[in-house]
Amino acid sequence: MRLSLHIGWYAIRDVARNRWGLLYTAFFLVVTVGLFQLQAQSAKVAVSLMSICLFLIPLVSSLFGTIYFYNSREFVELVLTQPVNRRTVYFGMFCGLGASLVAGFILGVGLPYLFFMTISQEQLLSLLLLLAVGSFLTVIFLAISFLLATILDDRGKGLAAILGVWLFTALVYDGLVMLATMAFSDYPLETPLLIAVVTNPIDLARVTLLVQTDWAALMGYTGAVFNRFFGTSLGVSIAVVALCLWIVTPVLIGLRQFRHKDL
Amino acid sequence: MIEISNLHKRFSKFVALHDVSLSIKRGSVTGIIGPNGSGKSTLIKCLLGLVNPTSGTITINGSVLDGACDYRQSIGYVPQIARFPQDLTGNEIIDIVKGLRKEPATLERELVERFDLRHELAKRTRALSGGTRQKLSMVLAGMYDPELLILDEPTAGLDPVSNIRLKQFIADHRDQKRTVLVTTHIMSDLDEMADEVVIIIDGRIRFAGPIRELKLQTGELRLEVAVARLLEREAA
Repeated sequence: MRLSLHIGWYAIRDVARNRWGLLYTAFFLVVTVGLFQLQAQSAKVAVSLMSICLFLIPLVSSLFGTIYFYNSREFVELVLTQPVNRRTVYFGMFCGLGASLVAGFILGVGLPYLFFMTISQEQLLSLLLLLAVGSFLTVIFLAISFLLATILDDRGKGLAAILGVWLFTALVYDGLVMLATMAFSDYPLETPLLIAVVTNPIDLARVTLLVQTDWAALMGYTGAVFNRFFGTSLGVSIAVVALCLWIVTPVLIGLRQFRHKDL
Repeated sequence: MIEISNLHKRFSKFVALHDVSLSIKRGSVTGIIGPNGSGKSTLIKCLLGLVNPTSGTITINGSVLDGACDYRQSIGYVPQIARFPQDLTGNEIIDIVKGLRKEPATLERELVERFDLRHELAKRTRALSGGTRQKLSMVLAGMYDPELLILDEPTAGLDPVSNIRLKQFIADHRDQKRTVLVTTHIMSDLDEMADEVVIIIDGRIRFAGPIRELKLQTGELRLEVAVARLLEREAA
């Protein structure tokens, strides 16, 4: 673990100086400040921000993770010629990059939020929820990008695959669920819809917010079903466990692939 | 020092190494040569544990390679392409490697001086030339005074002064009874540095032995010509 943290620490330093990493933080900073300038109520800002986060965080984390992994290939090989095992290197890189992107997001959104929002327990909770869900999405899509970059040696194929995953989970999936719902509207659909929500991390993130807030603007059909059937606390518990599984599963598969991979 | 027996490596349908058996003595400088795609890098990567052999065994310093990483304590490696995280400095790259090891990097200062890197290490690696990055790789590879030094095309991109210093560095290693394994396409470099040569073609070893024996066999004085003569005979 010490060696993973050591590798992770230097990945953080690398990303902290990287212009794309800085641009990512600056983007959220500018967008959040801009939204507060346009809308006085922090609840409305939160809704707009969440829409942006659900769409953009998976895309940026996926691309950043994939490109970083491919760019680090030669250096990873060099590190692996030291007396250190592959699990340590993979996990260290993942943790370092994850921490950097999460910190960038939290700073970009959190700082202006704290500055502009009206101080109340409700507002603070909504901010924390926004940051937590954004962080989950960051780490989930980073884990998926590392997994795909581990499996696919070709950079072009890796980027195409991760973009495909993002396109499917962010855009296509809900459309398919909606079509299926309409096609089978005569049947009881609660359970299939629950499964459909759990199998898409972006929907899961959306649902986690829905069950805690009244951000109706975010209500996709799947989210509404989830909210109606499970109520607040149970719904959140299931969603959080599922979000954690969405991190753990690709990380474990990626680690396994990386351990046996020819570099 | 290194014993390779019946090493076989297959990538999907492509067989990179065919039943390779080889013995490399302690304290020798051995050059591995062969055309592009002949299996040189695969062989080196097998030794480093970066590529998993399909079958066969490799023993380094008495340890049979079985997926454990401790044996790499005694290995220094200079890759063909020196690429580092671009926004870290040379000093930070050295610190990463030092953090992965327990023992002190006894030769760090000496190598930094030898390769004239003192003023370059504070810069981010994106600002370093290819040759300077290659020299940084050599510092990383040599700073623990490894028993086995593996260099993959080390002279590519080096200026003449650094080239001479590299050769001296390899000669010093040999004098201290360390083992050096080097791949290169530059035969004159090899003639100067190496005692032994291994010629790999299409994943098979065509010759392994002292350079003088190869020259004797082919009746040529220059290594370059001797290798060409051997390849002609193979083709005929």
